[in-house]
Amino acid sequence: MLGKTAGGLLWMFRYLERAENLARLVETGQRIALTRPDREDSEWASILATAAARDAYDAHHDEVSGDAVIDWLLRAKENPTSVMACLDAARMNGRLVRTALTREVWEAVNEAWMAVRDALARKVSTRDLPAVLTTIRQRSAFVRGTLHGTMMRNDQYDFARLGTFLERADATARLLDVKYYVLLPSAAGVGSRLDNAQWEVILRGVSAESAFRLAHGRSSGAAEIASFLILDGRMPRSLQFCYSKIGGNLEWLERTYGLRQPCHDMAEDICGILRRATIESIFDEGLHEFLQDFLSRNAALAGQIETDYRFAA
Amino acid sequence: MTFDEMKGAGGEVRLPYQAFSNWFDSEDPKGLQAKSREADQLFRRMGITFNVYGDPDATERLIPFDIIPRIISAREWSRLSRGIEQRVRALNAFLHDIYHRQEIIRSGRLPAEMIARNAAYLSQMIGVTPPGDVWTHIVGIDLVRTGPDEFYVLEDNARTPSGVSYMLENRETMLHMFPELFQLNRVQRVSRYPQNLHESLAACAPPACTDSPVVAVLTPGIHNSAYYEHSFLADQMGVELVEGHDLRVVDGRIAMRTTRGYQAIDVLYRRVDDDFLDPLNFRPDSVLGVPGIFDVYRAGGITIANAPGTGVADDKAIYSYMPEIVEFYTGEKPVLENVPTWRCSEPDALAHVLDNLDELVVKEVHGSGGYGMLIGPAASKKELKAFRKKLEARPSNYIAQPTLSLSTCPIFAKKGLSPRHVDLRPFVLVSPNGIDITPGGLTRVALKKGSLVVNSSQGGGTKDTWVLEEE
Repeated sequence: MLGKTAGGLLWMFRYLERAENLARLVETGQRIALTRPDREDSEWASILATAAARDAYDAHHDEVSGDAVIDWLLRAKENPTSVMACLDAARMNGRLVRTALTREVWEAVNEAWMAVRDALARKVSTRDLPAVLTTIRQRSAFVRGTLHGTMMRNDQYDFARLGTFLERADATARLLDVKYYVLLPSAAGVGSRLDNAQWEVILRGVSAESAFRLAHGRSSGAAEIASFLILDGRMPRSLQFCYSKIGGNLEWLERTYGLRQPCHDMAEDICGILRRATIESIFDEGLHEFLQDFLSRNAALAGQIETDYRFAA
Repeated sequence: MTFDEMKGAGGEVRLPYQAFSNWFDSEDPKGLQAKSREADQLFRRMGITFNVYGDPDATERLIPFDIIPRIISAREWSRLSRGIEQRVRALNAFLHDIYHRQEIIRSGRLPAEMIARNAAYLSQMIGVTPPGDVWTHIVGIDLVRTGPDEFYVLEDNARTPSGVSYMLENRETMLHMFPELFQLNRVQRVSRYPQNLHESLAACAPPACTDSPVVAVLTPGIHNSAYYEHSFLADQMGVELVEGHDLRVVDGRIAMRTTRGYQAIDVLYRRVDDDFLDPLNFRPDSVLGVPGIFDVYRAGGITIANAPGTGVADDKAIYSYMPEIVEFYTGEKPVLENVPTWRCSEPDALAHVLDNLDELVVKEVHGSGGYGMLIGPAASKKELKAFRKKLEARPSNYIAQPTLSLSTCPIFAKKGLSPRHVDLRPFVLVSPNGIDITPGGLTRVALKKGSLVVNSSQGGGTKDTWVLEEE
């Protein structure tokens, strides 16, 4: 397979995952705005931070308002990582690697792009927002479904999956990091009322409210949430889960090509860190420090994969 | 009197169309309208779109597809394919000759300056024999029809003919939408084309190839108007689609950068023009090609399809000599006729053209895509006057032809069937094993009533083209 093609596959699925995560974030923000209007502005600010979009947003706006943030994250022309821009990039990469995709996968991404383009052709009204966000999430899931159902389990599949999980691990870690202070043991001191709205943001941001309740019951607290999203290997958006997949796909590549590369060692290091960590050790080290370290390792791994498999000349 | 391919002169349905016509009469027009819209959706979903040059705001466009097939009988096709084969054989012999001994010039059949002053003639190819002596691996012959047995060759596309993906996708769309039509008619299949293309290219592997030949398609990139076709063909053949920056010279071969390192390519089906192929040997500013590929080519390290320098054979000035060229190399009379052509570089011809400008079609010698041409009968006085000036300023830049009464074929218009002018581009593969012509081709149709311009850039559409099995 061409190095360029491997890169195109990885980025196509990275962008799709990013679009889906952005839609989920907007959904969360909108829910807070409707149910806890007193917190609205600060929540939109933290959602911008989670999307790593605060600086770019500020460059074009004087204040943070729900309307403007939603438009920015979904479709603003000046925002190079809006949902629309992600879909453009996903489809562009799809066209680039058209020969490595089955017809079903290509048509799914092309149709996703058409549907989202139509949905985001003009500013989205409050009334239409839920339907538009659903469209984005469903279209992304549909592409993933065609991948599962029609693609050979070979190196092409591995690169596509690596894109999904590198992006997802990044998004979950970022979401936690922006909210890390509400998860610190000191934030819920003895007798203080736990701030459920903040937790809701985190859990909704990964579509896991009910999964969490099922796993931990109603009475559990901050440590359980952090543990759930970092260490629970059953939770499909946790760091642990993402890295079990990344490790697996890299292992397949090692086997397919009969060659172990630097990226394999890096991934093994990260898997080791997640395997050995307990929630206590993470809080001892500092949750913020742990997440920052994770984010930089995740980014470095993505760069190493790019080098090892010759994405560019 | 325009010849309609479905309704003969007396209004009766011609034989190849009879089964179709019966089917059509029994269909509900509303249902067909819905099918027509469905076809549009299918093409959009598949992403068969093209980019329009020179308009930064234009989004991707679809070439309109008309659901009424164009139907050719087995008998009509057998004569056409005989003529096409003869012509393509002559084209290859001609290309070999003009890059070697130039017998045709020595014999006086072709003036030396037709070659010497031809911008598409590549002096770098002098003395070069491509693997298998195949020059035009892929050819598209543009044909027009004026009567039941009157076909003319309008143009030979010997560089990088495009449109074959439409031939294949149009058929797939028809099979998907109207399966029953293919039970009523025995239509020769076109779907083997990608496999034939792959085999035909592999059969032209260079001397340096020692194993099973590795084929790749070279595209200028995602922004090229024909990118869809490039990726489609690579996909259908199961080969890599590469760009210049994926390639480099490694150990005297052209190799592509893969996830496992560099891998040599044996046959490169390039969809990049000669000029851009190699910045070291041709245009130094090209970023689309591969530095040094031409040297590797001459040393037998790679096959380039079509061979560099084939453009000289589809030049419109050379076209006017095609009857002589066919006869010179095959020893036979041409089966297919040329459209009579006046070369404006010749004073007598120029005088005739200027006197009859309002009745002629005038084309640029090196133009393509319907740009820069004059259709005399359809032009206004002002347009004629402006064109006359251009023609007088650079007569050798133009040729002129009579306005042919192109045949029509019905399209499915709002009020039912309505005749429109069509042309036909069959696709031909050449390899040391022989010449292979896919039964069918791309039918382009001028969707505007009365219009003779079928180019997609000028409002043309396409149709599925059926060649029926022998009765």
